[in-house]
Amino acid sequence: MATKASRASARLMISPAVILLLGWMIIPLSMTLYFSFLRYNLLQPGPTPFVGWENYYWFFTDPSFSAAMINTLVLVGGVLTITTVGGICFALLLDRPMFGQGIIRIMVIAPFFVMPTVSGLVWKNMFMNPVNGIFGRIATSLGFQPVDFFGQIPMASIILIVSWMWLPFATLILLTALQSLDQEQLEAAEMDGANWRNRFWFIMLPHMARAITVVILIQTIFLLSIFAEILVTTNGGPGVATTNLTYLIYVSSLLQFDVGIGSAGGVVAIILANIVALFLMRMIGKNLDA
Amino acid sequence: MGQISLSQVTKSFGDVNVIPPLDLEINEGEFVVFVGPSGCGKSTLLRLIAGLEDVTSGHIAIDGQDATDVPPAKRGLAMVFQSYALYPHMTVRKNIAFPLRMAKLDQAAQDKKVEEAARVLNLTDYLDRRPGQLSGGQRQRVAIGRAIVREPAAFLFDEPLSNLDAALRVNMRLEISELHKQLDTTMIYVTHDQVEAMTMADKIVVLRAGNIEQVGSPLELYRRPQNKFVAGFIGSPKMNFLTGATAAAYDAQTIGIRPEHLEVSRDSGDWKGVVGVSEHLGSDTFFHVPVPDSDDPLTVRASGEVDLKRGEEIFLTPIQEHLHRFDDQGLAIR
Amino acid sequence: MARAVPTRTKWFNTATAGTLGFLMFFPILWILILSFKTEEDAIRAPLEVLFASDWTTQSYGAVQERSDYFKHFMNSVTISVGSTLLGLIIAIPAAWAMAFVPAKRTKDVLMWMLSTKMLPPVGVLIPIYLIFRDFGLLDTRVGLTFVLMMINLPIIIWMLYTYFKEIPGEILEAARMDGATLREEVIYVLTPMAIPGMASTVLLNIILAWNEAFWSLQLTSSDAAPLTQFIASYSSPEGLFYAKLSAASIMAIAPILIMGWFSQKQLVRGLTFGAVK
Repeated sequence: MATKASRASARLMISPAVILLLGWMIIPLSMTLYFSFLRYNLLQPGPTPFVGWENYYWFFTDPSFSAAMINTLVLVGGVLTITTVGGICFALLLDRPMFGQGIIRIMVIAPFFVMPTVSGLVWKNMFMNPVNGIFGRIATSLGFQPVDFFGQIPMASIILIVSWMWLPFATLILLTALQSLDQEQLEAAEMDGANWRNRFWFIMLPHMARAITVVILIQTIFLLSIFAEILVTTNGGPGVATTNLTYLIYVSSLLQFDVGIGSAGGVVAIILANIVALFLMRMIGKNLDA
Repeated sequence: MGQISLSQVTKSFGDVNVIPPLDLEINEGEFVVFVGPSGCGKSTLLRLIAGLEDVTSGHIAIDGQDATDVPPAKRGLAMVFQSYALYPHMTVRKNIAFPLRMAKLDQAAQDKKVEEAARVLNLTDYLDRRPGQLSGGQRQRVAIGRAIVREPAAFLFDEPLSNLDAALRVNMRLEISELHKQLDTTMIYVTHDQVEAMTMADKIVVLRAGNIEQVGSPLELYRRPQNKFVAGFIGSPKMNFLTGATAAAYDAQTIGIRPEHLEVSRDSGDWKGVVGVSEHLGSDTFFHVPVPDSDDPLTVRASGEVDLKRGEEIFLTPIQEHLHRFDDQGLAIR
Repeated sequence: MARAVPTRTKWFNTATAGTLGFLMFFPILWILILSFKTEEDAIRAPLEVLFASDWTTQSYGAVQERSDYFKHFMNSVTISVGSTLLGLIIAIPAAWAMAFVPAKRTKDVLMWMLSTKMLPPVGVLIPIYLIFRDFGLLDTRVGLTFVLMMINLPIIIWMLYTYFKEIPGEILEAARMDGATLREEVIYVLTPMAIPGMASTVLLNIILAWNEAFWSLQLTSSDAAPLTQFIASYSSPEGLFYAKLSAASIMAIAPILIMGWFSQKQLVRGLTFGAVK
């Protein structure tokens, strides 16, 4: 259907989007890169000299940096494990015949639509508060010492909250993938003598493999930027126990007003995200051809 | 109205040349079928005529007027698509009326024409339904209705029956032929099914790799195929081909003989063979007989009464006047 | 073919899945209950909360009085709807062109657009913050609307593209054969067929913008603060506030919860960029 005239107008129609996105990408990115080589603190007016790799040096040697890197990995890894394994189980369960499937599915999915600040605060106060929270009440009534979630196991608590929010996402996508599996394939396997475990292992899981990869990659992109949940619950503490990379950069740039070091951190975060994005893009690109 | 001529038309997609220079004359009121295996360029050719693709070079004239650069809507042609391409959000009535609405015809005239088309196509009861609520055959008729109301110079059909089941296909074949008799308008019909071509066409155009292999009436193509490709493509079951010494005996590289032109005998004949698989259709029986100089077993058509057992030794004799001879280029020797 | 499943198996599945579903949903249910309690009752033991206390709607009124809930609600509406509609205006022509007039590099352009979505927000936090400060855009609805439009633009384009792609090309060709001009083709054929897809795109993007927390927390403080920021102001405890926090939370998530339930299917497509359908 492509004729010459339509090509030209097509280019014209794409250009606003391209120009905006290009500007959105290039201007802030180059500014971040530029700032990361300056000594630039908003609290110290005056010249902002070029200092080479100094900011990177300070950022990397800051003990909170290594802590933040480890925290980021633990947070992302923990949430990914829980949501992927849990999501597979939920999807398999929801795919089975039952009564009121629609309502149950709605209940499982609901947490995904809760805004991060709400889930952070609700879990922190109504559930994890050692005195008035439900967990504390249950522990006390059973005669146990209540757990001080954010004092004793801060990172695990955050992982729990974030997993609650993302488990529905994994479930929904894996369920969609599972439902696209041809029932005749499963029946054929059954005729071939495969029991349930074999059918799961050799047919369902390979069928879901793609979706699982997509879930992992997309979640990683979002989980690397977890911020609001930490801000409203622990403020990165106690100490730096729940400070991830995103939060550390926020602290150094907007709380300590050190633009230089904050920017250096930003560059590091971009590089990290790009490594994941590379794999994700390859998967999506493949699908575009199919 | 409805005379179309193509001269030196070519089409390339990028570096791929789909249609080499091609000339074709389609006369007024003719039912022309483009037939060929998939990927032979027949659909592309139809889309060039429709104006949905630009020709790379050459000219297309409709009723003597150069139409090469005329946009599709202005060519006065109507097309029925393989997927029917009905507008899913419009009722049948609106679908059929759409071209009239685009032509800014007044409402009364639109209604009249839609009613008329619906009556011809037995769609009157379905006018207020949506395409999603119709069966395959009904959708097909709506697509035809949408084409009819425009009173086009020619109808273009792009494999219109390929989404229907076998029984319905036979029905629609008759309906379209009947429509052609009634309207007496040029129809160009693309199919990969030689049965459709044989049963419907006034003129068949056999295409292979964008080249016209032969143009002629169904019986011409059946009786005097110009080359091995056409010989093998037209006719069902397919023509048998023999090479080697058997062909050399007839002074040819390859000889071809249709299943219906082989005589069977238990006692004597030109070629000896052993009966393999047989297919009993009731009226006819097809025997598959392996012989030395043919890659595939020969197909032999016999009357339904003939009863030969698997493993029986028989003799086959080609009817001489129906024997086709081909040279090493695959061209017919006359 | 679906096979007949014994009723007992079905009940067993229902019980298992129902329990898990209830556990997932419980936090939301719990704040719904607490929001109808007084502050004193809201911190009692769970069973007492349920069975030994009265119901009241006073917390909802208190939230409005204490912190002008309605203003923030309107901010959320303006910002999420505004950013989505703005994005749509830019995305529709782009997606249309890429879906129906594909060129050699269309795929690359699409992939590049997506890649901008992968950029971690914290990587551009400082420049955006400084630009906003210098142009007086901090704590303005215009500023946040623009930023949210930009971060969701790739998703909007991508979703529209996949929906447009599903409209069979033959139908548009049929319209052209029927004498429709490009304008008529868009008005009578393309738009009606694309509306369901556009509706889901709008829905998903309103949800995403409504729940967006990073930029909302960084770039707004009071005047333009949407509900995400408004709720965050409850993070510093000031006496008894469970009931009010619950009421505020319910009001912040209810509209999106309802929209979200309607758009489950589209959610998968939108969030996986078409990699899972």
